[in-house]
Amino acid sequence: MSGDETLLDIRDMRIEGESDGQWNVLVDGVDLTLKRGEVLGLVGESGAGKSTLGLAALGYVRPGCRIASGDIIFDGQDLLRLSDAERCGLRGHRISYVAQSAAASFNPAHALLRQTIETAVQRRLMNAGAARKKAVEQFRELSLPDPETIGRRYPHQVSGGQLQRVMTAMAMHCGPDLIVFDEPTTALDVTTQIDVLASIREAVEAQGIAAIYITHDLAVVAQMAHRIMVLRHGKVVEEASTQRMLDAPQNEYTRSLWAVRELAKPEETTPSSPLLTIEGLDFSYGKGFVKALDNVALTVPRGRTLAVVGESGSGKSTLGRIVAGLNVPTSGRLTFDGAALPPRLEHRNKDLLRRIQLVHQSADTALNPRHTVREIIARPLEVFFDLRGEACDRRTDELLDMIELGPRFATRLPSELSGGQKQRVNIARGIAAGPELMICDEVTSALDQLVQEGILKMLLGLQASLGVSYFFITHDISTVRAIADEVVVMHRGKVVEVGSQREIFAPPHEAYTELLLGSAPQMRADWLTEFLAERGPVARQHAQSTERNGGSTHV
Amino acid sequence: MRADLATKTADTSVRRRSKLLAAAPFAARVAAVIVLIYLLVALFAPLLAPFGEGEVVSEIPYAPPGGAFLLGTDQLGRDQFSRLIYGARNSMGIALATTAISFTLGSLFGIIAATRRGWVDQAISRFVDVIMAIPQLIFALILLSIAGSSIPNLIIIIALLDSTRVFRVARSVAMNVVAMDFIEAARLRGEGLVWIIRREILPNILPTLVAEFGLRFCFAFLTISALSFLGLGIQPPTADWGSMVREASPLIAYGKMSLFIPAVAIAVLTISVNLLVDWFLDKASGLRNER
Amino acid sequence: MHALGRTILYRLVLGLFSILAVSVVVFSALEFLPGDFAASVLGRSATPETVAAFRQELGLDLPPVQRYLAWIGGLLHGDLGTSFAGRAYTPRPVADIVLPRLGNTLFLAAVTAALATPIALFLGLLAALYRNSRFDRLVNALTLSTIAIPEFLVAYLIILVLAVKFPLFYSMSSLSPGMTLAEKLYLVALPVLTLSFVIVAHMMRMTRAAIIGVLSSPYIEMARLKGTRPWHVIFRHALPNALGPIVNVIAFSLAYLVVGVVVIEVVFVYPGIGQTMVDAVRNRDIPVVQACTLIFAVTYITLNLVADIVAIATNPRLLHAR
Repeated sequence: MSGDETLLDIRDMRIEGESDGQWNVLVDGVDLTLKRGEVLGLVGESGAGKSTLGLAALGYVRPGCRIASGDIIFDGQDLLRLSDAERCGLRGHRISYVAQSAAASFNPAHALLRQTIETAVQRRLMNAGAARKKAVEQFRELSLPDPETIGRRYPHQVSGGQLQRVMTAMAMHCGPDLIVFDEPTTALDVTTQIDVLASIREAVEAQGIAAIYITHDLAVVAQMAHRIMVLRHGKVVEEASTQRMLDAPQNEYTRSLWAVRELAKPEETTPSSPLLTIEGLDFSYGKGFVKALDNVALTVPRGRTLAVVGESGSGKSTLGRIVAGLNVPTSGRLTFDGAALPPRLEHRNKDLLRRIQLVHQSADTALNPRHTVREIIARPLEVFFDLRGEACDRRTDELLDMIELGPRFATRLPSELSGGQKQRVNIARGIAAGPELMICDEVTSALDQLVQEGILKMLLGLQASLGVSYFFITHDISTVRAIADEVVVMHRGKVVEVGSQREIFAPPHEAYTELLLGSAPQMRADWLTEFLAERGPVARQHAQSTERNGGSTHV
Repeated sequence: MRADLATKTADTSVRRRSKLLAAAPFAARVAAVIVLIYLLVALFAPLLAPFGEGEVVSEIPYAPPGGAFLLGTDQLGRDQFSRLIYGARNSMGIALATTAISFTLGSLFGIIAATRRGWVDQAISRFVDVIMAIPQLIFALILLSIAGSSIPNLIIIIALLDSTRVFRVARSVAMNVVAMDFIEAARLRGEGLVWIIRREILPNILPTLVAEFGLRFCFAFLTISALSFLGLGIQPPTADWGSMVREASPLIAYGKMSLFIPAVAIAVLTISVNLLVDWFLDKASGLRNER
Repeated sequence: MHALGRTILYRLVLGLFSILAVSVVVFSALEFLPGDFAASVLGRSATPETVAAFRQELGLDLPPVQRYLAWIGGLLHGDLGTSFAGRAYTPRPVADIVLPRLGNTLFLAAVTAALATPIALFLGLLAALYRNSRFDRLVNALTLSTIAIPEFLVAYLIILVLAVKFPLFYSMSSLSPGMTLAEKLYLVALPVLTLSFVIVAHMMRMTRAAIIGVLSSPYIEMARLKGTRPWHVIFRHALPNALGPIVNVIAFSLAYLVVGVVVIEVVFVYPGIGQTMVDAVRNRDIPVVQACTLIFAVTYITLNLVADIVAIATNPRLLHAR
């Protein structure tokens, strides 16, 4: 584990991918070096080519892609000049890989232990007994519950956070020199993520393994990496040590990677009357099921934003659907603008339908792919305002201006728009109805930071000019900070804490709020270290984390 | 302005479509031409055929090709070439009528089942399961043995049986669309069921349905040909390719290959339609299914 | 294991229910016969008295439910009824007509399955592994054409080549009792070849699709990235998960065989149940048609049921419940 020796040297790497018979550049002349025991963070937005580059470190390209030029020197050997068998021999043994979705990347037909020790046994690096013993040891090191027996389970029997740790154990089993982590915690809830991050970091550090850590989240990679490389459109934008990257990013683009974090909604000083009130709301999917919502009560103030924040399974989306009229509560009362809100959609009149709008999370499924932007936005105008012909077109154009796209987008189909543009159209359709309450269900979650920032700013602008109230459902703490006036924290169907943004973010917190806020990675290199020091090392925490993971529904 | 807009969108879609055709591979273009020729022959059969459909024109049965009889005569001394041309009209006409009925029934019930869900879906689906538990040809045989072989019976029986398959396809693609959030968005606007089906669902499932229409046509065409070949489909003296194969089949033992003319006529049409469907699925939508 | 057992039991009950439903449909065949039917069976010599007697013999004067139960009871005891053909002179039990033919058909189907299945699976696997290669495209075009053309064309092409141009085999496969296995195999060579052609095409395409589906899963990529050897990836990682789909493919193809056999038997004048059924339909010999339909349908349902159960039993999510 000597300090300076170069382990991996990727030179002038060009990788191309085929689509519609054309070769497009995915990775464009990237140089990357990694010393033994060093952890390099590879950061970028979707389509930056970071996964493709990460896989190239294993000498692997996905089907439909090819390496156009460049060298991959691993420990003195040029991976591209090796035979298939020799490359195959390095993988899993000296270079290994941890995939984003552990649930999909484990073979459903085999038990976990068998998959963990497969490479070692097949290569005769260890006999089966020793391999098993080592795997169990690693399960323990990675703070997995029941390390002796968890290996007998099948992938679908284990939660997402645990699977991710088993996959890390699998990657480390043969004692590799290099591990490529490809967004290992992206699909996890923050409170689960923090344990996985801590286990990975501890294990990698303890064995002095070099790693490439791929993620879109700069705050996460800041905890893991010594050095960070920012990629965009297949090219290196900036490369620096973690500390320097955070303190003084040289490139404008790098700063935009934490754009949403810089947003903070100023506190409203004027009083506001309640628009929607929910009292004693219960909901379960059919009889005999566990309550998905349990005695929920909250108020959405007029012209303000209420952010409903929680992890998966907290019931926040269900709550939004109940307000929209898509789910019918088991019991409880909804009051909208002073009058009782009928729970069933069929019982709501046209005006009520207009006044409450729901904006779905994914614009890909929320916009009919066969309708043009104009048809999509004009429909609420026809239905709710009886606008036809020129008046309707004029209003559509106005709305297109309001979402900062402009009338020239009117004839496009959704497939001809980018992700952010689609989400804007999705929002415009809601705005077209002239609602008083707009339910936004994770509308920014799937988007890149810069795009998120733009949409959040647009939403704030619309609120200022139209006075619309938002029922904003999200799992992301920085989004809450950016848009919320009032905040409701939910956990397993219950409201944990209610208050203004200032109240929620200032101590004292309820225990769960504390955990949720504390688990959200911050843009400081020593955040995780401090957090763990405060909470105690992972191993001692594992009883608590087991309980949490058992409840998460990420499989 | 509204009308203007309509032409504008129509323009773009026409432009898209013509681009699509221009980009078609050679095989698909040939297939399109072949299908067109078949349709023209069927349409203008009486003008093209030198003799009548059932007209006995020669004293000699099985007259060799040549002279007035381009393809020779059959066992009764009828002109083979004329019968081949009329056969196109009859075989394709009956198959088209069958497909039209099975398609209307199947897609209608399929979309209804997908949008209404609940007991309506359960009832129709279970009924279809039972029908499909019996192999189609066998079911057709038992129904024909009861009802007797006539062209209307044939059309109705095959159409009913085949509509179960159309139902399954239409239901499953419609289900996929119904699960989309834009359907929910339409419901939240208070849109009626008919509007949702016509404007939100139909445009999305149309490519699949068009492709399915081609496949179902081939299937109906082949089933009817097979039944006629077995002597249980279209009955003499109506000219039809399946029956023509059957009538000419004893001759193969003597090395006479006249049965291949109608048989190949069937095959060329079905292969062409399949090629067209394949290309269409490939290009017009992302809904390609591995059959 | 509990969930697994319950799921399988559910499928079994569903299968049984399907067979019951089919039997009702088949039974109703007699119900919907046109009124003059008895007269047409008995022929010109029928008097009103003999027609009435025939109707009574068929039990058409009893309530339908009672007749159905009696009919089912008969079936369970192997009594398939009496053939209409020549019933005025020498009544023949349907079982005597159908059962020997059924044996012949099963022989034909078994030989075809034994030949076609391994070939189809092998070709399907190759096409999937060498996807988009020249081999794959060739096989794809060939199988698509085979599926698109009528079966009798395939049959006659084979006859043309192997019985007429090069007279290696007979174009008629008239089996008779007392032949040796070798003689029988020689006689069924052409029908088996024809059926195999059609079935291999179907089975191969589905096998290819199933294997491609499994090979594109993330866990296969993971196995490769773990350095698992290529043949190991196929046999240890892909195959256990492809088993369900492949068994489905086989069952589907065998079920297809059940139908394909009808046309092929007629072409080759093969004394099987398909030929028998076609003759019975032509003569409107309803009891024989009913028996044949039931046999075909039960085979078809059973095959699909077996495929379903194998697919369930190889699904790890059901095998190892949470």
